[in-house]
Amino acid sequence: MAMILQRFRAARAKDLFVQSAVLLFAGVAAIIVVIIGVYLFLESAPLLTGTGIPGFFLDRRWYPLEGEFGMAAMLAGTLSVTALAMLLAAPVGIAAAVFMRYYAPPAFASFYRRLLELLSGIPSVVFGFWGLIVLVPLIAKLDGPGASVLAGGLVLGLMILPLVSLSTDSSLAQVPRSHWLAGTALGLGRWAIVRKVMIPSAASGILAGMVLQTGRALGETMAVLMVTGNVVQLPASVFEPVRALTSNIALEMAYATGDHRTALFVSGLILLVMTAGLVAVAAVIQRRLKRYG
Amino acid sequence: MEIDVQTGGSSRGVNDATKGLVDIGMASRALTPEEQENLSPHTIAWDGIAPIVHRDNPLTELSDSQIRGIYTGEISNWSSLGGPDAEIVVVNKAEGRSTLELFLHYFDLKNSEISADVVIGDNQQGIKTVAGNPHAIGYVSIGTAEFEASNGTPVRLLPMGGVEASTANVRSGRFPLSRPLNLLTGLEPSQASQRFLDYARSEHVADLVKGQFFVPIDYSSVEH
Repeated sequence: MAMILQRFRAARAKDLFVQSAVLLFAGVAAIIVVIIGVYLFLESAPLLTGTGIPGFFLDRRWYPLEGEFGMAAMLAGTLSVTALAMLLAAPVGIAAAVFMRYYAPPAFASFYRRLLELLSGIPSVVFGFWGLIVLVPLIAKLDGPGASVLAGGLVLGLMILPLVSLSTDSSLAQVPRSHWLAGTALGLGRWAIVRKVMIPSAASGILAGMVLQTGRALGETMAVLMVTGNVVQLPASVFEPVRALTSNIALEMAYATGDHRTALFVSGLILLVMTAGLVAVAAVIQRRLKRYG
Repeated sequence: MEIDVQTGGSSRGVNDATKGLVDIGMASRALTPEEQENLSPHTIAWDGIAPIVHRDNPLTELSDSQIRGIYTGEISNWSSLGGPDAEIVVVNKAEGRSTLELFLHYFDLKNSEISADVVIGDNQQGIKTVAGNPHAIGYVSIGTAEFEASNGTPVRLLPMGGVEASTANVRSGRFPLSRPLNLLTGLEPSQASQRFLDYARSEHVADLVKGQFFVPIDYSSVEH
């Protein structure tokens, strides 16, 4: 009896130890986010004084050495490049996922999945370099300077395509097999089952995945910096250059002092808030749509 | 003696040396009189900035006022300079870079007066951008441009004020758009710093300077 009790106590002690260790490590991850947020806020604070804040969003002119810190144009740059990337990556990514899950022979699907994983592992600077050497001169032959919203959207779209595809694929994989069988039993064709049953059932996961990939596109820096031309302006067409908020930080941080440096921290803060917003949207989508799953 | 090298731009080099955060700062420009109140510059090499165009661009020379016109957007088509009928793609540098500062200073411009089509970070990005677009014009360090052009990259350096853009002309001081590469110390450097400065300004480093496509200083003029 005593021995059992002793064993029981030992197991409990072990449980407690593991529990606190896991809690500690989980806490570290959470605390890092908080620390970065607080740090960004403190570094931005000198310029976050009442009247200055609307200026960041309304003023288009960014001449930090002449005291103009408008970020509206760069916000538009970030949003336009990201939107174009999603517009390109979403249909192709979903199609690729549907193909490998429902149409491709299993052996080929598995090979195809590995291929996408490999594609998602290519460093962004490689995409950027390819964009600068190949894509930008090609676009320049069509119209404008080449470095443009279009170049940025294409490069970013290619970068997030495998991620959109893989997250869609794993959402589809979670749909119970009985749905498929029920569809077949009803005499539905393959495409009908995919379109009317499988995709709607996985919609919450697919959408949430896409929102999270949008966040990734939003934060991408190197590839965007190399191909979008980095001119601070509201683009009138996809052939015009823009500067993204992330590129702005990377281009100027090493050379910035004083208010200029503070303004760059403000743009970092804006990016953090936008990403947080996207994560929240993804969470809401997941909860809302699950009810109909 | 242990040397810890950190990266950043000239602004940071000046800043850190002024605040005494570092023993020796680096800046790729001359100091302003105001900055010289607290710092002494020690030139270790020279660099020049050359305007570059694509190799296929038929123009062989642009005057200062033409370059100024191109960068302010008053001249927007190569045809008005005798070139092909094509929009000029203006490549500018990102804010804070000393190359930009030197360029603006020379042409007496403010960055807000420049209407650029592409804004780049480092020299290599500038060369790749111009090499990829036959209608582009940019400006980068002569050493880098000279090296790339002689290695088959399709860019061409333009002369300034009739002086060929070459490392030789930067060394002789004839090329107008050039800049000193300076080490910065307080007005009275420590003994260790002084020994390093003496070494950095001696002929022992000439091969290193040339290796970076910069131009060595005239070593006979250095006082020890």
